[in-house]
Amino acid sequence: MSADFLFGVEVLLNGLMAGVMYSLVALGFVLIFKASGIFNYAQGVMALFAAQTLVGIQTGLIPFSHLINAMLGTKIHHFGWNVPTFIAILITIGIMVLFAIIVEKLILKHLVNQEPIILFMATIGLAYFLEGFGDLMWGAEIKKLDVGIPQGGNLWIEESTAFLGGDDFYGFYLDTLDIYATVIAVILVASLILFSQYTKTGRALRAVADDHQAALSVGISLRTIWVIVWSIAGFVALVAGVMWGAKSGVQFSLSLIALKALPVLMLGGFTSIPGAIIGGLIIGVGEKLFEFLIGAPFLGGATENWFAYMLALVFLIFRPQGLFGEKIIERV
Amino acid sequence: MKLKTLTAMTLIAAMGAPFAATPALADLVFPSLSYRTGPYAANGIPFADGYEDYFKLINARDGGIGGEKARVIECETGYNTEKGVECYESTKGEGALVYQPLSTGITYQLIPKSAADGIPLHTMGYGRTSAANGKVFNTVFNYPANYWNGASAVVNHLLDINDGDIKGKTLALVYHNSAYGKEPIRTLEELSKKHGFELTLLPVDHPGQEQKSQWLQIRREKPDYVTMWGWGVMNATAIQEAANIRYPMENFIGVWWSGSENDVRPVGAKANGYKAVNFHGVGDDYPVYDDLKKHVYDAGDATGAGDQHGTVLYNRGMYAAMLAVEAAKKAQEIHDVADITPAMMRDGMEALEITEEKMEELGLPNFGPSFKVSCENHGGPGLVTVNQWDAKADSWEQLGEYSESDMDVIGALIDEDSAAYAKENEVEEACS
Repeated sequence: MSADFLFGVEVLLNGLMAGVMYSLVALGFVLIFKASGIFNYAQGVMALFAAQTLVGIQTGLIPFSHLINAMLGTKIHHFGWNVPTFIAILITIGIMVLFAIIVEKLILKHLVNQEPIILFMATIGLAYFLEGFGDLMWGAEIKKLDVGIPQGGNLWIEESTAFLGGDDFYGFYLDTLDIYATVIAVILVASLILFSQYTKTGRALRAVADDHQAALSVGISLRTIWVIVWSIAGFVALVAGVMWGAKSGVQFSLSLIALKALPVLMLGGFTSIPGAIIGGLIIGVGEKLFEFLIGAPFLGGATENWFAYMLALVFLIFRPQGLFGEKIIERV
Repeated sequence: MKLKTLTAMTLIAAMGAPFAATPALADLVFPSLSYRTGPYAANGIPFADGYEDYFKLINARDGGIGGEKARVIECETGYNTEKGVECYESTKGEGALVYQPLSTGITYQLIPKSAADGIPLHTMGYGRTSAANGKVFNTVFNYPANYWNGASAVVNHLLDINDGDIKGKTLALVYHNSAYGKEPIRTLEELSKKHGFELTLLPVDHPGQEQKSQWLQIRREKPDYVTMWGWGVMNATAIQEAANIRYPMENFIGVWWSGSENDVRPVGAKANGYKAVNFHGVGDDYPVYDDLKKHVYDAGDATGAGDQHGTVLYNRGMYAAMLAVEAAKKAQEIHDVADITPAMMRDGMEALEITEEKMEELGLPNFGPSFKVSCENHGGPGLVTVNQWDAKADSWEQLGEYSESDMDVIGALIDEDSAAYAKENEVEEACS
């Protein structure tokens, strides 16, 4: 096989992997939008906060130490212990659940029946608050995140595929971290689908998503459902934060990964979990192949960001609700 | 108006009165346009801490500059150009002597304002490179080094490790797809013609968390060397991707904005051997740190959390403050007055001379290059060194002395770009 063809296949495989990473971020948006009609602007910051909290607990950082030191003149930073990763993850999940409860009590409860734009604006405020709160709690420095997932090109795949090409082909490059991310995403999506289809709470979630008023009338507590949904979105944010944070450290820019989720949502639809996955894969493959075939050779490169949005817009022309979004029919 | 409201307003007015009546303090004002929040906070914090701590040292140890206390006014820009301009406008009335805009975007906005207000800008290692031509950019200084010196230093290093011959070698530039990231391209293109190496350009869009395409291309094309003009998360991601494809780290060289601890630590042991060009010293093994400890840290007066001492960006902030203090001293000497104005500060900056003897006197031996500023050259000779990251020791190691950049190539580019600016803005080239 020619080297160019093999390189194209390699780009395609890496596009699929990148797509999974985008999907992980998009999932959080979908969950909240589906259950409450809120476009949660704070989803990216939630990923950052979750990752900051995980590293902070793992490495024994004292929360708000900068603030304590400034106020009391002390010099405390660490507890002096490290918490095992699994326990740190459990504690972080607990904190994200607590966060969901606080969001419901302080924000959502007061905005029931408000216009979607009001709720959207509230999440913008929440995002800015959480940005500052996270930095205040754990510090703004870049933190290394290590949850035991190996990184780097997978040697086994490289060696077992090297025979496909000549001397200038080293075998397919696939990042081990991306492979783990794919497995985790599959488990996560399968769990979410099973949860929403086969559990009582899942059915309640779907009922609320279909019609708030009807769900209320049969005794489903909207407030409880919102806490559950925000907790799940917090957990998904933690998974996304861990995967992206492991790639480039836990730092403020982690919150910007939300930008990569927007074209995925536009393409896959805001209300479909499978849509978030398929949308992510199409965006990932589309942008990587475009960069490889056209962007880098003819346009000077760096086409991925705008091409993702352009691809999503093309899909919107034919399916305004996204590939898997619900078609809204309003009678006059 | 309700009585309660009226009482509260009266109380607030009474509390504020003593402060309002206080006359402006006679001191030397050095604004710090810092960014302790936002996407680049991790880099902005150490610089701002180092900048302010040095002025605190001067006040505590020397009683100020020539008997005048230095006052730092910190204004948060969040690395946002609009906020940076607002900070400039809101602080210039305080008697600001010199601004360090700390962002190429803010610098470009402040250049015309600085010329109109007569307040000098010091853009050390960033900003508009051709501002080195002081005949056109009367109030802008970018000593001791600029982006083009950085690009030339990378090529000089490649020449050094290849016995002076890099003909036929390949160099890939991975750069932030912005005005900043594109700065070295022209210089590298000229140098590639001169030395016969092949240059590949690989732009990365902001913020730079996703670089798979670029590094797959590097894996395919196998360039001999990679250089990087990155910032923020882009740096750590690029170094991680290089490690992932097992690119030899010693062949990967970043500019000074891609060469701090923040860029290599997230990658861990795999970042070992990564290099970055720089124009000042690293670590805290300098006598000035003993003074800082005695007069600032132990006095409980360290800026911020006090945990950045000796980092690359803390040292850079401290170095910028040191150069501002020395320029202020020079201005006092020239004009024989302690309470200098921004115009006098400009004169001091233009007459600044830094020698190794002076650096030793300041407790900073071999911390930075020796240079002399003049009207024709606001950028100095562009002396740059190369650092290498030792992951085990968790520190940068300086590989050699400060060496000269290719001023034949850079000088011509500076003349060309500054002439275009002068024409466009109808600036008459002159030395005052």
